[in-house]
Amino acid sequence: MKTIFKRPEALAETPTHYCPGCTHGVAHRLIAEVLDELGLRERTVGIVPVGCSVLAFNYFNFDCQEASHGRAPAVATGIKRGRPDLIVFTYQGDGDLASIGMAEIVHAANRGEKFTAVFINNAVYGMTGGQMAPTTMPGQVTTTCPAGRDVEQVGYPIRMCELLASLRTPGFVERVAVHQPKYIIKAKRALKKAFQYQADNRCFSFVECLSTCPTNWGLTPLKAVQWVDETMIPYYPVKNFKSPETEGEGDAD
Amino acid sequence: MAKVLMKGNEAIGEAGIRARGLCYFCYPITPQSEVAEYLSKRMPEAGGVFLQGESEVAVSNMLYGAAGAGVRCWTSSSGPGISLMMEALAYIAAAELPVVIVNIVRCGPGLGGILPSQSDYRQAVKGGGHGDYQCLVYAPASVQEAVDLMPLAFDRAERYRNPVLIIGDGMIGQMMEPVEFKEHKFPPLPPKDWATTGCKGRKPNVVNSLYLDPYAEEKLNLRMVAKYEKMKKEEVRCEEYNTDKPYQALLVAYGTTARICRTAIHKLGEEGIHVALLRPITLFPFPRQRIYELAQKVDWVMSVEMSTGQMVEDVELSVRCEKPVHFFGRTGGVVPAPEEVVEAVKKQLGAGKGGQA
Amino acid sequence: MQTEVVFAGFGGQGVMLAGKILAETGMGLGKEVVWLPSYGPEMRGGTANCTVIIADEPIASPIVVHQRDSVVMNRPSLEKFVPKMRAQGYAIVNTSLIQVKSERDDITVVDVPANKIAIAAGTGKAANMVMLGAYVGATGIVPFDALLEQAKHVFQKKPKSIPVNVKCLKEGYKLGQAKGK
Repeated sequence: MKTIFKRPEALAETPTHYCPGCTHGVAHRLIAEVLDELGLRERTVGIVPVGCSVLAFNYFNFDCQEASHGRAPAVATGIKRGRPDLIVFTYQGDGDLASIGMAEIVHAANRGEKFTAVFINNAVYGMTGGQMAPTTMPGQVTTTCPAGRDVEQVGYPIRMCELLASLRTPGFVERVAVHQPKYIIKAKRALKKAFQYQADNRCFSFVECLSTCPTNWGLTPLKAVQWVDETMIPYYPVKNFKSPETEGEGDAD
Repeated sequence: MAKVLMKGNEAIGEAGIRARGLCYFCYPITPQSEVAEYLSKRMPEAGGVFLQGESEVAVSNMLYGAAGAGVRCWTSSSGPGISLMMEALAYIAAAELPVVIVNIVRCGPGLGGILPSQSDYRQAVKGGGHGDYQCLVYAPASVQEAVDLMPLAFDRAERYRNPVLIIGDGMIGQMMEPVEFKEHKFPPLPPKDWATTGCKGRKPNVVNSLYLDPYAEEKLNLRMVAKYEKMKKEEVRCEEYNTDKPYQALLVAYGTTARICRTAIHKLGEEGIHVALLRPITLFPFPRQRIYELAQKVDWVMSVEMSTGQMVEDVELSVRCEKPVHFFGRTGGVVPAPEEVVEAVKKQLGAGKGGQA
Repeated sequence: MQTEVVFAGFGGQGVMLAGKILAETGMGLGKEVVWLPSYGPEMRGGTANCTVIIADEPIASPIVVHQRDSVVMNRPSLEKFVPKMRAQGYAIVNTSLIQVKSERDDITVVDVPANKIAIAAGTGKAANMVMLGAYVGATGIVPFDALLEQAKHVFQKKPKSIPVNVKCLKEGYKLGQAKGK
């Protein structure tokens, strides 16, 4: 009998604690599939963040480190500099990466640290119960902006891919979405490229995954998927921003 | 090997390399930037890793990552930078990672100044970061001792799986003294079978400090306490001066201050006043028992520090509050002169004679 | 036996280096030494000074309030450090830049026109070596040959600079010897 579907070896046989309709599971699975397909599992170290995916080390079947809030890129830098033979990735949410960990991600990218950062952008702080994130959409209601995000007060949502792509240091920067099958297929391709660049010791790689948070958005899973389409993707274009191959094309100087 | 005249900071850098501390992360801060400057040249020659991070916050988390992956790693900084490292230090302690952090202490609080101080005593000894943890803390009094403590610090960090701090005041970093880099031999270390080095042929390892189950967290806390108790039994180090003759007073001082006290004791001796000194080399564990024993022969003990008296309570606990513990110190970057210590001791002796007056 | 000497001057006059060469010479002779700089914002162009201690026994306090000797290369240094000296000490005074006299009559003052001598030897930059030579000449704290060897070793990286520095050390030494003990 031919196996056409199975749990990737890089995923542990454990049920997750994620909410119904949350796309963390999809992102986990894509990473696991890619690591299996590239044969990297046995030399991978995942850095899990503070946020909903704080327990992801229970769900992955490879070595992991738990980082403090926002510092995963520094932790990854430490591992990668000390043990360049290991495959290292960070898995970070929007509060973790784009707020408290902004300095760490920007500098790791700018140094061209050869690890992969997977950025889960669901426009809200999940674990702490739905507060405003740096990627919260204008007008979006959260527990700390009950009248909706007021851009006059707190500025516009930060577009991390655009920001990181502006760095001169070569890198791979792509935004994908993991809420619908057609996007998921492309997301996997981007993740595979990202890890391949790392395995080739080529460059820093960054994959932003537009994700859902039905619980904190106050939407049904189906409505949440629509909200990504209608609200997030127009503001956060899903595309490649930078590859080592296209280096220099976007330079302003 | 012949002696070389080296600035403390550079000697510490070289000692780190010789102790196979071949992975060093840093952020510049006076008065210890020479460690980084020295290693930026020396580390590539030694085939090691030198990286200047974007902040002390990042640097300390780089240490967490590297140590978690089984790499012998370290950093150096000073007060304000060390404060920024406290977040990661708590994680490092909780994840039981071996890391060596050198603090060339400047005066504070806040930005303070860049002159020598011992005002980070409490931060080093009583925690600094959050949670139930302790660091093993060494306090060298000379450039040579700083150099000798580096390999010991790495060994103990890995043996105990615990962060180790080396606390030197600005003087230790800035002055030049002759040093000899001796070979240090230690028993074999336990394998780092807990490190995240890739899970080939074994179950995945996780470097973690998150324990949502209170019983699991308590178990970790108690395991850590057991380590600290073992340190208290086996790691106490101190040096005595003039305790082999009758003495009228006992001073307790560490680092450069202890050397200033030695000169003061010499001067007092010329006037027929006999004073002894106990110099803690480990600030945690603190040489409590020895201080208690030495204090039996005197009416009072004096803690001499370059701070406002942060060590006094530990000396008090050491003498079990059976004797008064006086304090003399200068702070703010002011280094006490031996003459000032002489005066403080004489004043106290005089006060003792005067009884209730 | 312990001797402390403060080398002081403007930043750039080479007082730190002069002190370092003396300390290294002492170390080479098997003595205990400490070289302690003043550090801080003053490193950047203001006054600079370092204390060198040479002793037969291990050195306790690296901090010295009343040093025995001073080598002062500018007037603020003379005014700051000479009053702190112990009696019977030696003060080497750079008279090229210091016109005032110390009022102390309990110390040996050695006047050295260091800049003038150094310029005549080839470069004003070596005035610190004139002062160092004079200090060793006056005090005999280390044998002059040992000092010369150490200085040559230090200037090895710039071989062209060795002759002028050696010349300045020797000129200074002669002056110091004449006025010292």
